Amino acid sequence: MQSAADIVFDAATKTYAGSAEPAVDALSLTVPAGEICVLLGASGCGKTTALTLVNRLTELTSGDIRIDGRSIRDQDVIELRRSIGYVIQQAGLFPHMTIEENIATVPQVLGWKRSRTADRVRELLELVGLPHKEYADRYPAQLSGGQRQRVGIARALAADPPIMLMDEPFGALDPVTREHMQDEFLRLHEQVRKTTLFVSHDIDEAVRMGDRVAILAQGGRLLQYDSPERILRAPADDYVARFVGTDRGLKALTLRSLGELKLDPATGDDEASLRTGDTLRTALSALLAGGAERLPVADESGKTVGSVTVDLIREAA
Amino acid sequence: MHTFFASFSFMTDHFGLLADRTVDHLKLSAAAVAVALVLALPLGVWLGHRGKGSFLTVSISNIGRALPSLALIAIFLGLLGIGFVNVLTALVVMAVPPVLTHAYLSVEQVDPDLVRAGRGMGLTEWQILTRIELPLALPVLFTGIRIAAVYVISSATLAAVAGGGGLGDIILNQVSYGLSGVIAAALWVAFLALAADALFGALRKRLTPRGVLAGRSA
Ligand SMILES: Nc1ncnc2c1ncn2[C@@H]1O[C@H](COP(=O)(O)OP(=O)(O)O)[C@@H](O)[C@H]1O
Ligand SMILES: [Mg+2]
Repeated sequence: MQSAADIVFDAATKTYAGSAEPAVDALSLTVPAGEICVLLGASGCGKTTALTLVNRLTELTSGDIRIDGRSIRDQDVIELRRSIGYVIQQAGLFPHMTIEENIATVPQVLGWKRSRTADRVRELLELVGLPHKEYADRYPAQLSGGQRQRVGIARALAADPPIMLMDEPFGALDPVTREHMQDEFLRLHEQVRKTTLFVSHDIDEAVRMGDRVAILAQGGRLLQYDSPERILRAPADDYVARFVGTDRGLKALTLRSLGELKLDPATGDDEASLRTGDTLRTALSALLAGGAERLPVADESGKTVGSVTVDLIREAA
Repeated sequence: MHTFFASFSFMTDHFGLLADRTVDHLKLSAAAVAVALVLALPLGVWLGHRGKGSFLTVSISNIGRALPSLALIAIFLGLLGIGFVNVLTALVVMAVPPVLTHAYLSVEQVDPDLVRAGRGMGLTEWQILTRIELPLALPVLFTGIRIAAVYVISSATLAAVAGGGGLGDIILNQVSYGLSGVIAAALWVAFLALAADALFGALRKRLTPRGVLAGRSA
């Protein structure tokens, strides 16, 4: 199995039996290999349907979906699903199995040797930041919501699938844990580079997580498919503009960090509270809150490397 | 009171007889429960997995509840004549509804998210059933077997009416065994039913997955 594959939606359409309108209507988009594509939209607009068309939990009514050039219709459905990681909102961990057994589910049905499965479980638990010794033998009920979701991700990665489908994976977590998990997942994605379809109804999550964002409207109609930057700066229409919010100018500032700016030289010896890793939004907020003209910026080691002003941020924005 | 205590001396005096009849009684009961399991378990579990059949299982269990066992035995006496087979059939008919409904409900009530997760991971329907649904269904499923067993053991007493043997032979034959014999045998039946209840209750506890118990105490 390769590490990533592209996903092509080709006029993918789903009309549920007994329903007059399609839940997903002629959706066409390409997710390049190794990228994260966020399907963003209000509740009921067809995000879950679009996602589950890929692993055929929902069968296409018409159109096609191709993974690495191969139509999903031509593949054995069980094999197809085993080659796709699937993460759902409440993690869906099996309560009667230990964490280790949960993660080992797909390797087991694939007939892996015990030792290979055990090694893989160990590796994955480390990858998601849960020490094997402490967590392998616990049951899902003995974990926090965030930890359960980590296990859900590890379980989806178990057989090293080229593709991950994630349906509002952090939707049930408290805001602090959610943000933490978003960062963790991005870090993990840097390492494993799976092509990821990520469903969300939260614009902040979408611009944070997505290499690309697909904005869907009722009936699974694709309104805009762009980088987060473009979505925020150039919404395709009024609906998108309203959906991303009137504060989209501020949101766009979260996409860039101080390190990406050409900073002014440092002045004075004030202790820097800003770091090069902070976003422009954080910097602007600090400038406004402190009522300062100019604030010093330090690199991650704490050494002051320059200073930032509101003007500098405006130019960059 | 006197007869009540006399029933205990009857138990010690006629221990061999009681043991003999108990073996018959349990054989008949076990056979009835076993046949009911073979008939109703796979059907109930399969319907539960499909999530279809609540109508069927509810109807069957209502019919089962509406028909008193004595009436059933009478019906089968009329249809099949006196004998072991027709008593067995009546007991099976009694045992099927609780087994079927509990088997159905036990599987049907498993969190649909878990089934969805399993299916999405590429488990086959059989793997979903055996690895996810059944382990989580076992406690409720066992409750059905437990109810059926208690029901059958108490009702098997009526087998004697139809010539089926068992402890009912003593209970319905006061002429030969006296009142103390009748009470002794009745107590035995009650004891057997309670013992079966306790046995299956203990089994149910052992079959509840540890992870599920962990969830309850957490
Ligand atoms: N299994 C189903 N059968 C019939 N209609 C469904 C089914 N699943 C979803 N729908 C309908 O399809 C539409 C899109 O649902 P969904 O894909 O779940 O939206 P989202 O994930 O964006 O909230 C909704 O109107 C929903 O009611
Ligand atoms: Mg959804």
